[in-house]
Amino acid sequence: MDRNTGGGTIAIRIKDLPDEELFTAGHTACPGCGCPIVVRAAMKIFGKNTVCYFPANCLLVFGATYPKDAFTVPYLHVLFENSAVCAAGIKRGLKRLGKGDTNVVAFAGDGGTADIGIQALSGAAERNEDIIYICYDNEAYMNTGIQRSGSTPFGAWTTTTPVGSKIAGKEGFKKDIPRIMIAHDVPYVATASIGYPADMLKKIEKARDIKGFRYLQIFAPCPTGWRFDTAKTVELAKMAVDTGLWTLYEAENGKITINKKPKMTPVADYVRLQGRFRHMTEEQIAKLQKWAHRKWERDSAMVTE
Amino acid sequence: MVEKRVVTGNYAAAYGALLSRVDLIAAYPITPQTFVVEHASEFVNNGMLDAEFMRVESEHSAMSACVSAQAAGARTFTATASQGLALMHEVLFIAGSAHLPIVMPVINRTVAGPIGIWAEHNDTMPQRDTGWLQCYIESNQEVLDMVVQAYKIAEDKRVLLPMMVNLDAFILSHTVEPVEFPDISDVDKFLPKYKPEHARLWPEDPMIIGSFSPPEYIQEIRFQTDESMHNSREVVEEGNADFAKAFGRDYYGMLEEYQTDDADAILVTLGTVTSTARAVVNEYRSQGKKVGLVKLRFFRPYPTERIRKIAEKTKALGVYDRAVSFGTGGPSWIDARCALYGFSLPVINFLAGLGGRDVSEADVKLMFDILLEAASKGAAKKDVVWIGTRGVEP
Repeated sequence: MDRNTGGGTIAIRIKDLPDEELFTAGHTACPGCGCPIVVRAAMKIFGKNTVCYFPANCLLVFGATYPKDAFTVPYLHVLFENSAVCAAGIKRGLKRLGKGDTNVVAFAGDGGTADIGIQALSGAAERNEDIIYICYDNEAYMNTGIQRSGSTPFGAWTTTTPVGSKIAGKEGFKKDIPRIMIAHDVPYVATASIGYPADMLKKIEKARDIKGFRYLQIFAPCPTGWRFDTAKTVELAKMAVDTGLWTLYEAENGKITINKKPKMTPVADYVRLQGRFRHMTEEQIAKLQKWAHRKWERDSAMVTE
Repeated sequence: MVEKRVVTGNYAAAYGALLSRVDLIAAYPITPQTFVVEHASEFVNNGMLDAEFMRVESEHSAMSACVSAQAAGARTFTATASQGLALMHEVLFIAGSAHLPIVMPVINRTVAGPIGIWAEHNDTMPQRDTGWLQCYIESNQEVLDMVVQAYKIAEDKRVLLPMMVNLDAFILSHTVEPVEFPDISDVDKFLPKYKPEHARLWPEDPMIIGSFSPPEYIQEIRFQTDESMHNSREVVEEGNADFAKAFGRDYYGMLEEYQTDDADAILVTLGTVTSTARAVVNEYRSQGKKVGLVKLRFFRPYPTERIRKIAEKTKALGVYDRAVSFGTGGPSWIDARCALYGFSLPVINFLAGLGGRDVSEADVKLMFDILLEAASKGAAKKDVVWIGTRGVEP
């Protein structure tokens, strides 16, 4: 495990996590799904004094279908686009009842965050609501069957960006939600990847202990939607960071730290392993490669040290 | 100490929340509801009301926040109007199905298009099937009293459903009237603290609210909401009686009858038109015309049995609506017709005041004249009558 990812000392290690599962086995996620890796670890870090919110997403379906719920802590589902405000409502309600020390965490996908949920997310961030918002980013609407979201990368096939004779794959680039969240000037914004678990755990732990609005976007591949070998979920999550397509950084009260300088390995290596990119031409791959460089330039320029 | 002050309907609504000691307010401004949010903000910022205030970015979020805080176990309040209520629409269902007794004044305002800001009931009436109780209001005193009473009714274990307290835009919201303010200690006795047992999100006793539910379970949940709505009829009557005993003001529960006992024709109104109709009844009675009035206070639940009893003692029934289900008639009239299946008396719908157009005494007189004619003939010329519409014969 790469434990020297920068950003200070590592406070928590996988072997130190409690044995007790608050997100239990027996859920029905697809083999190789990245989301439960995030949720299982996060719940161990947050502990029992936690209330969760799930929008209409894969996690709700595979982890919270009545009567076989995988969660042992209370949770609420209301709708799709209001995760941030619902978590905030829970927190404020609990505060009134003398339970203000309870962690309230929303787990939403990238579609529920970057697209339909961005209004409520932005409002909650601006009000500095005392919640933790975790976006597990699998780069499309997977629950409804692989439709493109604002977070889908350039060139990717989805069922709404099909490979046609005229247009093949998504035409635009991935929407940069973490930067939008940083612009809200909230106490904590961090990006993570299940490919770098030590860094991810550290950030989840840090988020738990900070007061105010905390946003984490965790890269979590979806073998079903991306069309790759289910054994390669973690490898791809690592490659996304190494290629520069996903940067690991954190913003603590506006102070931005890059946690891992990308190796800038060829985007083509990452693309080749996934069916969603199979149709891409050399030209398209070069365009995505160029975007990775541009992203790194932009992200590294944010560093305030 | 009871205090009498001259206030707007919006102030009365906000003060009702203060008296009810709500834990959380989440709201977004919209004309003509804005004064409710402003006054509530003043109460909180001046320390008059100890509550969380979420100044959210939309009505969708306002209702989402209320649903979530109420699910956590807190007593919540919001207010809206028109487009704001339409934007809340999908969230309203959650409150009804999860049995969350949120109370919300709605300042009835026309829903676009075209855009307008005046009184119409086409905002609240389309929310009929969301699982919310709906009460329509005639005066500012009734606004204040019903916000307090709404919590009592909504939080009753036999009900546990959310409730809208609906007041006509500007006619009540922005108009001042003398209102008696009860002492908060008396309200405390009438309305105890909210103690949730059925829905709360407490880690020490984990509960799940809103699981993804297959068809094996949802039909029973629908039945329970339906049953609660049925139960709420008697709770409304009890709440009214308890309130009358505590504060000396009786609103007669689900509906109020005025001069109906020997009436040849009865008009069913709701909202502020009731006051105009009351004046017309007085005038017609002085002329020997046997007319009566029913102020329909609750649209959901609909007072089916009481409407049937009223129909038994008259020859023609009119139903006033400030909204229309296009191609059919007014929503309140549709319910009256449904309640009166098997009755032979004419049941006529009067549509007037849409978009906030004034409903004058002359308009109401025309309704009664049409009703009296139908009563004498035992038949209606028309089922649905548009009153005061340019180019349309009533």
